[in-house]
Amino acid sequence: LIKTFDVATIRKDFPIFETGIAYLDSANTSQRPRQVTGAMMEYFEKFNSNIHRAAYKIAEEATERYEATREKVRDFINAASTKEIIYTRGTTEAINLVAYSWGRKHIRQGDLIVLTIIEHHSNIVPWQILAAEKGATIEYVDIDERGELRLDQFHKLLERSPKLVAFGQVSNALGTINPVVEMVAAAKAAGATVLVDGAQGAPHQGVDVRALGCDFYAFSGHKMLGPTGAGILYGRRELLEGMDPFMSGGDMIKTVRVEGTTYHDLPWKFEAGTQAIAEVIGLGAAVDYLSALGMDAVRAHEREITEYAYEALSDLEGLTLYGPPPSRRAGVISFSVEGIHPHDLATIADRDQVCLRAGHHCAMPLMTRLGVAATARASFYVYTQKDEVDRLVGSIKEAQRIFK
Amino acid sequence: MSTGTAADDQFYREYILDHYKNPRNFGRLENPDISHEEDNPLCGDVIGMDFRVKDGVIEDIRFHGRGCAISQASASLLTERLKGLPLEDAKKIGKADVLGELGIDISPARIKCALLSLKVLKVGAYGLSGNDEDEE
Repeated sequence: LIKTFDVATIRKDFPIFETGIAYLDSANTSQRPRQVTGAMMEYFEKFNSNIHRAAYKIAEEATERYEATREKVRDFINAASTKEIIYTRGTTEAINLVAYSWGRKHIRQGDLIVLTIIEHHSNIVPWQILAAEKGATIEYVDIDERGELRLDQFHKLLERSPKLVAFGQVSNALGTINPVVEMVAAAKAAGATVLVDGAQGAPHQGVDVRALGCDFYAFSGHKMLGPTGAGILYGRRELLEGMDPFMSGGDMIKTVRVEGTTYHDLPWKFEAGTQAIAEVIGLGAAVDYLSALGMDAVRAHEREITEYAYEALSDLEGLTLYGPPPSRRAGVISFSVEGIHPHDLATIADRDQVCLRAGHHCAMPLMTRLGVAATARASFYVYTQKDEVDRLVGSIKEAQRIFK
Repeated sequence: MSTGTAADDQFYREYILDHYKNPRNFGRLENPDISHEEDNPLCGDVIGMDFRVKDGVIEDIRFHGRGCAISQASASLLTERLKGLPLEDAKKIGKADVLGELGIDISPARIKCALLSLKVLKVGAYGLSGNDEDEE
């Protein structure tokens, strides 16, 4: 049963809304509630110290809180063990870690890597660099006219036995919810290692990595109410065990001798140097916040707002909406207004304190595919209310009046 | 909500909108002496310029491309200024001149839009005067 979801109450946890902004850019970065900033402040003011190396009380407290996030995240994504939860700076670093530590070991000349045309640059560029270095090939799955992946093409590419298949759970630019369960199962059956980019999935849909069966799952804390600088790489233990470190130095070692070094156990093998302690603690508080709301309730609220916004924008003249119908998309709507460049629209919206994204959304191959240089994008989250959508509609009408 | 009209609008003044909707010197030149294109990687906007130069003077000029009102109006205004100008003088045109010509407050987020056409001029004009290594 879905709990009562009271947006007005939720918004009270987010002091930034007292400024009067309509925030429609959560796919870019979310806002953070007091519970998250409070947990970080508590660390700074009550037990600020380094982790894993000091023998005094506040350092024990810091270490405990830092490690507690790992269990919260494990539970949130239903991983088998905290050894499979690696802290990174975000999705980008998580994917780079896999490209470097797994990719350099396993991708060889002539190997095939399968991506999709709707990927964020962070799930394209690391693979392009790896492919260029190793002489591997990359193929991209196209989309249909609704902005959904061409699964027929995906299955065709799997017949060529790709070594790696990587795709997003949800498209950041179109909001398309990909059929990840079916895709992971097919890719695994074809013998591929599978990475799922969960940057837009974990915050809005949640995930069960064991049910999904992927090898790697990457996501960012700052898109799910947490601070910037803390994200997660989930990796199946067996794969992580066989991988060499990404970054090296302090804290990721067991013993260092001049003749050589033995590495620390999982997950610390991949966490070199002093970590983003406050941020990781903040991420833990964000997971608590989302878990208390319940991801089913989060999804239901976003669905309601997205349907409301889709309808409101569809009613306006001169608008083109990109991507699938609201029932098949997450809380993201990309659109363009005839005769008005997205940047001009965003500037006009900004004067009404409406925060709107304009640009290529770090998905240039998709923009090229759609035949546009840029789109405007509104995206929603747990705190989004219909009034903010109404204000966007007002800004669009204002822009149309100016550019008439 | 904004209540102003287009005429008194701080940012989208009438003449900016006019240059956006009716860009001056828009199109291509046949066999130009200089032709150069630049893009704004942030938004994918593109502006290109063709120059006909005779005895060191910009005899004719056209610009093409796509973009927002600011980048298009800025390019249109710049071509008006460049037509008939000695190339050496054109090289002296700086950021302050272009922003002054637009006559509006440009936020940091939009400054690249406003200066895209100037970048085309700079790289294009210096390219012709023999500094080939500067040409992209």
